[in-house]
Amino acid sequence: MTVQADPGLTAPTPSLAPRRYRVTEVYEELADTTTLAVRPVDEALDDPQPGQFHMMWAPGVGEVPISVSGRSETGDLLHTVRTVGVVTGALGSTEPGAMLGLRGPYGSDWAVESAAGHDVIVVAGGLGLAPLRPAIRSFLADRDRFGSIAVLVGARSPDDLLFGPELDQWAARNDVDVRLTVDVASPGWQGDVGVVPRLVARAPVDFSEAVALVCGPEIMMRFTADALVDRGVDTTRVRVSLERNMHCAIGHCGHCQFGPVFVCTDGPVLEYAAVGRGMKVREL
Amino acid sequence: MIKLQEIAELLTETEVFDGLDPADLEFIAGCGTNVAFRAGESIAREGAPAEHFYVIRAGKVALEVAVPQAEALEIETLGPGEVLGWSWLFPPYRWAFDVRAVEQTRAVSLDGTCLRGKCADDTRLGFELMQRFARVMTARLQATRLQLLDVYGRDRAS
Repeated sequence: MTVQADPGLTAPTPSLAPRRYRVTEVYEELADTTTLAVRPVDEALDDPQPGQFHMMWAPGVGEVPISVSGRSETGDLLHTVRTVGVVTGALGSTEPGAMLGLRGPYGSDWAVESAAGHDVIVVAGGLGLAPLRPAIRSFLADRDRFGSIAVLVGARSPDDLLFGPELDQWAARNDVDVRLTVDVASPGWQGDVGVVPRLVARAPVDFSEAVALVCGPEIMMRFTADALVDRGVDTTRVRVSLERNMHCAIGHCGHCQFGPVFVCTDGPVLEYAAVGRGMKVREL
Repeated sequence: MIKLQEIAELLTETEVFDGLDPADLEFIAGCGTNVAFRAGESIAREGAPAEHFYVIRAGKVALEVAVPQAEALEIETLGPGEVLGWSWLFPPYRWAFDVRAVEQTRAVSLDGTCLRGKCADDTRLGFELMQRFARVMTARLQATRLQLLDVYGRDRAS
């Protein structure tokens, strides 16, 4: 008798097999957050678009989705990891020279190109600045193609602000409006105090034409998106980056299902018009 | 000296007076004067009579709570277009917090005592203003609740 191979159990396609990447640098961003610079050992994965993510594998521990947070000056891919569990803990304690596995890039992106000719308002909360940084860098690298740009960043405290030196560089430019706010101020803090959605009204943009990119804890995104809509931004021009429990990243396992949407393949970047109602459904 | 009409125009661009009837706006503007504060200057002290409130035109102010023998705790900052102070509306008409200019700040100062008297005489205007201030207070309360949630905490995904 001939045993037929089960088509569902065949070896994974190359895109599902992690490729080897070596950690070249580790940047301590915050007490619980590090940025890993990685370089391909073999053939590199496709270039990620701003907002896309990789499945990052800590050998022997597990795999998690991590957004790409940019490229280093030497061109290495940057991923910013916050230690919240076993796998992110292993990734966060990685040393230069270590080997990791990467597959991807996966998911939708911020569609930076589609914002050309529009004012842009970027709102980041906490670690949400990491997936937004490549988009901000793209806007600033091609500054003339966009209208007014506002970058609003919120964090728990001044010590929890991600990418501080780069925020300072952006703030020093006269062609981008950067506003920082914290929930709890510390002595000497000169920025704002209060939640980041409150900064929306102060952004010097034409809300009726603006494109908004929002990333952070889901509660913060919900309030921010509503604040943007209240000011006149169309829900189709408000983009949020959702996070759900992802395992396969290719829409097969269903762990990240959000109503009719698979966050891994339809998202993570989605229009608020499509997911805004779902973001207010407790069961989702 | 800034003119009445100019103050009325400035008030239309603020969260609390936007869309108000022009006649009411002109009356309110009559209670207003243009003021400026240097960075670090005290604008109000907790417990002091709240005879005025402010509409911020430029700059930034911080609401603070004084802590004995320590730096004041900053609760919230307010910027252009936002209204500072509603203690003039409610007994005992005293400031609930300290207020300090974080940077050079320009504002319209409005005489709350005068406006309160007018509101008592003209209940239509009184109700209108009460509704508008209630809206601002509700928005600030919602923001404060969000602030209390500590949404960036370690136990929540980012």
